[in-house]
Amino acid sequence: MEQLLSVLIGALVAGSVFLMLAGHLLRFLFGLILLSNAANLTIFLAGGLTPGAPPLISEGAEGPTGTVANALPQALVLTAIVIGFGLFAFALILAFRAYQTLGTLDTDAMRVAEPEEAQ
Amino acid sequence: MTSSFSRSWLSLAGLLPVAIATTLFILFLQAVPVIAAGRTLRQVWQWVPGLGVDLSFVIDGLSLTFALLISGIGALVMLYSARYLAGHVHQARFSLLLTSFMLAMLGLVLSDNLLTLFVFWELTTITSYLLIGFDHSAKKARRSALQALLVTGVGGLALLAAIILIGTTAGTFELSELRAMPAILTGSTLYLPILVLVLLAAFTKSAQMPFHFWLPNAMAAPTPVSAYLHSATMVKAGIYLLARMHPSLSGTDVWLWTLTIAGAVTTVFASIMAVRQTDLKLALAYTTLMALGALTLLLGNSTGYAITAAVTFLIVHSLYKAALFLVIGIVDHGTGTREVDRLSGLVRAMPVTAAAAAVAALSMAGFPPFLGFIGKELKYAGALAVASEPVLVAGAVLLSSALMFAVAGIVALRPFWGKAGDPPKPPKEGPWAMLLGPVVLAGLGAFFGIMPSVIATTLVNPTVTAILAEPGEAKPLLLWAGINLPLLLSIATFVLGAFLYALHRPLRRGLIWITQRTPSLDGGWDGFLAGVMAVCRWQTQLLQTGILRRYLFLTFATAFVAMAGTLVAKDAIDLPNLVPDVLPKHGMLFVLIFLGLALTVITQSRIAAIAGLGVVGIGIAMLFILFSAPDVAITQLLVETLIVVLFAAAALRLPHLPRGGSGWRFWDAMLALGLGVTTTAILLMVTASPVDRELTGFFEGASWPEAFGRNIVNVILVDFRALDTFGEIAVVLVAAIGAYALLKGTPERQKK
Repeated sequence: MEQLLSVLIGALVAGSVFLMLAGHLLRFLFGLILLSNAANLTIFLAGGLTPGAPPLISEGAEGPTGTVANALPQALVLTAIVIGFGLFAFALILAFRAYQTLGTLDTDAMRVAEPEEAQ
Repeated sequence: MTSSFSRSWLSLAGLLPVAIATTLFILFLQAVPVIAAGRTLRQVWQWVPGLGVDLSFVIDGLSLTFALLISGIGALVMLYSARYLAGHVHQARFSLLLTSFMLAMLGLVLSDNLLTLFVFWELTTITSYLLIGFDHSAKKARRSALQALLVTGVGGLALLAAIILIGTTAGTFELSELRAMPAILTGSTLYLPILVLVLLAAFTKSAQMPFHFWLPNAMAAPTPVSAYLHSATMVKAGIYLLARMHPSLSGTDVWLWTLTIAGAVTTVFASIMAVRQTDLKLALAYTTLMALGALTLLLGNSTGYAITAAVTFLIVHSLYKAALFLVIGIVDHGTGTREVDRLSGLVRAMPVTAAAAAVAALSMAGFPPFLGFIGKELKYAGALAVASEPVLVAGAVLLSSALMFAVAGIVALRPFWGKAGDPPKPPKEGPWAMLLGPVVLAGLGAFFGIMPSVIATTLVNPTVTAILAEPGEAKPLLLWAGINLPLLLSIATFVLGAFLYALHRPLRRGLIWITQRTPSLDGGWDGFLAGVMAVCRWQTQLLQTGILRRYLFLTFATAFVAMAGTLVAKDAIDLPNLVPDVLPKHGMLFVLIFLGLALTVITQSRIAAIAGLGVVGIGIAMLFILFSAPDVAITQLLVETLIVVLFAAAALRLPHLPRGGSGWRFWDAMLALGLGVTTTAILLMVTASPVDRELTGFFEGASWPEAFGRNIVNVILVDFRALDTFGEIAVVLVAAIGAYALLKGTPERQKK
């Protein structure tokens, strides 16, 4: 199971890199979302997979009974998801704003900061 | 320079530096009896004890001589500048820079720790840069400043490298400890690299051939700066370094020959170039080069005569050269020109200046009974003591001394005597604050000449002891040493010098003719800089194309090479056997996510891509549920929904994806594939090794007893790692504020 998930994460990384290199801001954003998903899954996977045993403590017990899922990567992934969302939202607005100002989403045409030098 | 003197030049900015320098000078004077008695003072503060870097300062003969010159000449120069720059817009800045320079220079000569010395060394470079470029609206000043900074900066880097090598070889950065281990460096295999680096530092700083060209250009600085930094103090930092390292590095053939040859070439070349100049200040600049060359030449030896000569000449030169620079500043101020052919007969209008110039010039020319005479006699004695090539060395000293004699006449006698010249302004005498410096400095040259014993026991002997690291080597300073070879050489100098002075006009014409027809290092410097810039431009255009796609490609490629390359280089690839352990219900989920991913990558439709993203996101949320992470799954679902909503809202106002995509991009696909495969390979290896759950165990055990929460993930987030969560909220808030600002300030599309 872990092996299949490793392959899935690799596929997500490959897809996201390919999209980010496309030179179009919308595709770049798609790639960004896929990449943060891949990162979250990586953290999650590295903590080990435990089916059907959420990290909860039952009523009256001092700690979890039996082996439960690794709580630490879950907490980290939770934080990562939210921050990834913040990043995405900001990037989306930035792209939107860039389109309004520059009239294009083609990154090759966005040369305001580093204009083409006369050779 | 504006010549509009404000009514009162007694400003705080002008006089505070004078007070500081005078106070320091008096403090250093108090140390003279202690040092003369053969003791040294040492003070240590810990700075970075872990690295063996201490703020340790030492006063011995060598550092005291330098410190007295720096603070004493500093006080006079600062008084001079207070008047010279009175009413200048940037007078306060000038005072600050000059004072900073003085303190840095003092730190340099007093440091006992090599790393501390390096810090002060660099500080003098920077303050010198700012002072040369003080007239920052002039292109020439900026160029000269940059040139000085780059040339001496290279030397600074070399010094740092040398210091590190010395530290690793000797095991200490303390100079006093280094001197206690005589052959530790000369006997080491690293001796040659250390020597080359130290000499590079000293030669760039003290403008030895072939690094001399920055010093004449540095005359773009205001005259007090030239008098102080570029004749009396900073350019002697290289000499100081050579003297300081003398006990540890000297005594080898490489040391002897490198210093002798570099010094001899510099001193002869510079004294010839000095005759060529028509600008008084430039002529003096070249005589400074000549002096630095002579000092380097003398420091190549280890005989008592050579070192005594070096120390005496160091003091002599600082006194007369600073005086002459200040005199030329007064002449420039009073007449509006420094061209030697336009100045004549100034003695009638400027008697005090003329007298100071004459006394300083006599010392420079080496007449008795001035200190310059004693310095010159000792130089000859020192040169003759060079066992291997006394004729060559003494010849170089003779030629340069004769030329010096001629230049002293050109610079300090011609402008003042004879019939009146035609300066742009009617000449007028300088104010007392500007006259005090030259008068005192020139007077000291005469006083020490008549009574050499005053400085012999107090300064020269302890300095020679410090340089040679053994007492009793210093030779006496005598006005009359009997009829001997040095005296005969002195007489030869006067005859040859007088001859050269009489012929200096045709000589100068000839030299101008020659120099105009030979390529100069200064011109080569421009070519060198242009070459560096061209390489930078080429390299920048290669890496920084301004195209985002290329940047991303390079970034990802670097990540790929770093990860895959490390795996290969460390031979770390150890893939586990693949085990088909997938349940059908899980398999379906994976198929779903793969399909969503493929759709997002391939499609030309925005809506389809967003739908594909949604499928991937929800698929991942399902994975979280399957593997016991309900909280994560809920968050993931929420965020995926929000993403789709936001995208949909924005997409309405954004253009379609370009038809036909961006074509088949082979290298992009290869890179993406490479990164994907590498990630998978790393994860396969990671998951094959056991998970360390020690930390998780702590949270599981502490969750209820300490934080009273039954959902361990929640407890971690809001209790154990609450500060992280707080940071996360802050990030989201900042993103929201930024997004709001961007949207709020949206203008209509700006069409060009």
